[in-house]
Amino acid sequence: MRLLVNTTVLAFCIGTVCIFGAVAVGAESVPASSIPTADLLQPASFAATLQSNSGPQPLVLQVGFRKLFDEAHIVAAEYAGPSDDSAGLAVLRERVAKLPKDSPIVIYCGCCPWGKCPNIGTAFSALRALGFRNVKALYIAHDFGTEWIEKGYPVTKGG
Amino acid sequence: MPRLPRLLGMAALCACLSMRILAAEAAAEPAGRLNTIAPDFTRTDLLGRPLRLDQFRGRIVLLNFWATWCGPCIEEIPVFSRWQRQYGDAGLQVIGISMDDDEAAVKRFLAKHGVPYPILMGDAKLGESFGGVFGLPQSFLIDAHGTIVFRSVGEPNIEALRSQIKGLIGIH
Repeated sequence: MRLLVNTTVLAFCIGTVCIFGAVAVGAESVPASSIPTADLLQPASFAATLQSNSGPQPLVLQVGFRKLFDEAHIVAAEYAGPSDDSAGLAVLRERVAKLPKDSPIVIYCGCCPWGKCPNIGTAFSALRALGFRNVKALYIAHDFGTEWIEKGYPVTKGG
Repeated sequence: MPRLPRLLGMAALCACLSMRILAAEAAAEPAGRLNTIAPDFTRTDLLGRPLRLDQFRGRIVLLNFWATWCGPCIEEIPVFSRWQRQYGDAGLQVIGISMDDDEAAVKRFLAKHGVPYPILMGDAKLGESFGGVFGLPQSFLIDAHGTIVFRSVGEPNIEALRSQIKGLIGIH
């Protein structure tokens, strides 16, 4: 009986370490669909927020790929990716390390159609795991060009 | 003296408006340079061969921006490989431009999946010259005169693309 209990406890511990370890090193990709709808921002409303100039603006982080960021990114966005690998996740963690846990943060990628994005779900999950409660993900259904640039929302060119 | 705060306020307002206008202008890029001559470029492909886009004048070029991390891109590659084999003699030339940040990842991918057309590394400058590659996959169809005649962004309509290619190379 004791052997059974010990084995169960051991299996639970190993499982827990594996799950958290995988997220910690970026080995496990988290799908975009795992982000709750309530934590999604629509591009039109976020563009309006950025253009309103009223109140404090959130920290905007692009959690995708460098070359796409270097072409154009949301005004005031910082590069913090890609979240599909451990090095990119480390950049994201370092950027938010000293922030209060209630800091408003908006993350976005837009490299690929939402359901196929390798970064956004993992970045959201990592920030939540770090205790950030006010994280929103910009819902880019198609890609950054179609949903943001071609709509005429504000961008900065260059890296 | 009460004029001074008002003047400062107006100056601040003008500055804000100017910044907004600049941002809007920066955003108003034409989508993909359709119906214009494709910008020429010279690069070396991942097998070390020099490649210049204009060397393919007279052929139909399918220029495909892709990356190893892009699921829909990976799904396209076997189709494009098949088309290169099937329509290459009729005048089709597929060229792959990887937007990966990591060249080694692309080389590993190519070692695993044989791709019968040249692959080269792209960058922000090359993307911008085609009107901006802000999401993947993205493909441009360039006719024999060097004009961009078709652009596909995101998950492609393969049949529409195939139909365009067959029309351009004269296969029905």
